Amino acid sequence: MKLLTHNMLTSHVRPGGGFPLRIQATEVKVNNLDFNQEFTARMVPKVEWGALVEAAESLGHRSDLPSEPIPDYEKNEEFLRKVHHVLMEVEVMEGVLKCPDTGREFPITKGIPNMLLSEEET
Amino acid sequence: MEIDSVRKPNQKLSKTEKKLRQKQVKARNTLLRHEGIECVSSPTKSLVIANGGLGNGIGRCQLLSMVEECGSVEALLMPPNKPYSFVKYGLIEDCKRAYDTLNGKEIMLEDSSQGIVLYVNFVGKVPWEVTTPTALPPGLRVIEDLVSPEEERRLLESIDWTEDEVIPNAQKSLKHRRVKHFGYEFRYDNNNVDRDRPLPGGLPELCNVILAKCLKLGYIKEKPDQLTINQYEPGQGIPPHIDTHSAFEDEIISLSLGAEIVMDFKHPDGQAVAVMLPQRSLLLMSGESRYLWTHGITPRKFDIVQASGGWKVGTVSANIGDLTLNKRGKRTSFTFRKVRRSPCNCVYPSVCDSQRKDTAPSFPVSDSDASKLEEKYVHEVYEEIAGHFSNTRHSPWPRVVEFLSGLPCGAVVADVGCGNGKYLGVGKDLYMLGCDRSKNLVDICGQKGSQAFVGDALSVPIRSGTCDACISIAVVHHFSTAERRLAALCELVRLLRPGGRALVYVWAMEQEYNKQKSKYLKEKRSRRGGMEETNGGACERDHQYLVHPNNGTSQETHPKLPVHTNRTSFDSQDLLVPWHLKDGTKKKAEPIKSHQPPSNSANSCKPSPVFHRYYHVFCEGELEEVCKSLDCIKVVESYYDQGNWCVVLEKR
Repeated sequence: MKLLTHNMLTSHVRPGGGFPLRIQATEVKVNNLDFNQEFTARMVPKVEWGALVEAAESLGHRSDLPSEPIPDYEKNEEFLRKVHHVLMEVEVMEGVLKCPDTGREFPITKGIPNMLLSEEET
Repeated sequence: MEIDSVRKPNQKLSKTEKKLRQKQVKARNTLLRHEGIECVSSPTKSLVIANGGLGNGIGRCQLLSMVEECGSVEALLMPPNKPYSFVKYGLIEDCKRAYDTLNGKEIMLEDSSQGIVLYVNFVGKVPWEVTTPTALPPGLRVIEDLVSPEEERRLLESIDWTEDEVIPNAQKSLKHRRVKHFGYEFRYDNNNVDRDRPLPGGLPELCNVILAKCLKLGYIKEKPDQLTINQYEPGQGIPPHIDTHSAFEDEIISLSLGAEIVMDFKHPDGQAVAVMLPQRSLLLMSGESRYLWTHGITPRKFDIVQASGGWKVGTVSANIGDLTLNKRGKRTSFTFRKVRRSPCNCVYPSVCDSQRKDTAPSFPVSDSDASKLEEKYVHEVYEEIAGHFSNTRHSPWPRVVEFLSGLPCGAVVADVGCGNGKYLGVGKDLYMLGCDRSKNLVDICGQKGSQAFVGDALSVPIRSGTCDACISIAVVHHFSTAERRLAALCELVRLLRPGGRALVYVWAMEQEYNKQKSKYLKEKRSRRGGMEETNGGACERDHQYLVHPNNGTSQETHPKLPVHTNRTSFDSQDLLVPWHLKDGTKKKAEPIKSHQPPSNSANSCKPSPVFHRYYHVFCEGELEEVCKSLDCIKVVESYYDQGNWCVVLEKR
């Protein structure tokens, strides 16, 4: 699970309360991926920035990411490279995602979160 | 330009020549795009002749005489149903002569006043596939010349077509042929017979003589007591079916009179065998060929047969160097069956109506019924078949790819019901998120390095409004009530940002549209991996309702779901589709044998496990109608694509 994926994920135990999911990782992997400046720049407005910083921080991979996107980030390669690293290269392989609202835990195995709820929970 | 290489350079082209060249180039492009056939510029020993194929109605004899006039032909390949042929010459000079003679040549089709223009291009390699001869389905025999021409004449003359020609409950299924019953009436409404109401008169006396002969020669063990006579004019056929297990005993025999015909047999896994039934021959079906394989006659005026000894008994092999067309004549079949008095206990429970009565689920009424049905007949099944399913899902559907390719760089796309993730790697500049209910399928996505998670399409674990696009390919048809299908679409829309678009594909009730059969109906084993495809098999013509134990007289208010016959058209919108599981891992472990045994009888000894998936197939307009009831949605596009109904939605 990349942190960009994590940034999109929410739990539906109770409506409206499942974001952002807290990460408790037991294995984190960093992959080197080609940097695509245009792609990365387009991701910036799509992510919940606070949740991204918090998630990166909790994994020890904040990589100097500022707490707000900087102005004119589209042309700032240095900034975008940091964003690229955090969004695309850091992957949680094993661990759990915890619903901030209910405490319900969702396992992550081999990089795959299992977000299924039981029938009683829905 | 390359085509000029055989013309004199710098020669000015006349208007007609220009037109011809345009058409020739067009033919070349079509061959490349649709068939992957690459034409070459400089002369070779081989030509591809567009419009000169069996699919154009050109017979082997006709084409062969034309190509032989140009030189010494090494091979003429005519693939079945294709609008082109290949010819290979021994010398380049002969090939060049054929090119000059045949390109742009108009020829008249035999047996018709229609003309057709040939367009010819050189090819480097001729795609010659060496095929092992196919064996007859296990348990099937064809006995030549069972009756003499004299007996044939008397049998045909004995049929009185004037009386009771109209069978009230049979009009729909029989509009294409004439039918008469003796002994017992076969009812097309329930695909069974009334055991307690034998028809007066029994079987015609003439037939008794023939049946006595069959018993004496050991072709059958028991004397049949039911006869169905079918008469097919050229162009008529019978849809693929398995004779209802509970209605008739194992042995079924059928006499072909008046003309020969090619009958198509299909195993539930898709393997197809075309069998030539010569005039006056007897077809015997027993065991696997009677219980598991479907049989049918394609409605067409010409059969594709082997050019050498085409009217001989046996399978029509796929050797494209030896195929031609055979004009059909009026064929009358006498099919004899023995009415079954006790339930069938064959070893093919997946297609046996006697053995599946109690396990079939009812049509869901409440939401909790629906959810239980989906759990058992969708989720659990995909979990079980994930590996095999994934192996049959490698080629992305072109129009889905087109939709994804049209999205801008950096678009976030959710593939809800992503299966094995075949679309997750399609757009290189997209951020694709896959979500599926089946953990085993999502694991396969993960192994490919895709971003995917396990989740439910009614409650997708993605924030609202985050997606620039969503795709839902072959998913919504697995929800078993209208409310749940609507809810699944609502959920998809929730994920979209305003202006975002969703592409939805569902399986269509109409598997033939604009006179085109879908790939699902056409698909054969050798050409796996197209549109929503299933393997599997089921029962008698039309459908096999899994009847309630009380056998039709049930007080049950909720009907049981019918089981679909794979690769046939649908007769019910809500149904169970069988999946015959193959052990994919086993194949890998075995060394690849250079000679595959031509018969599949080795595999057929132990039938593969069968799973049933629930589907609601959509009628024309139904998907659009559901979408229109959603708030904040505009239906941007709506189309039919290879057996699926499809819409593109836009969120306002």
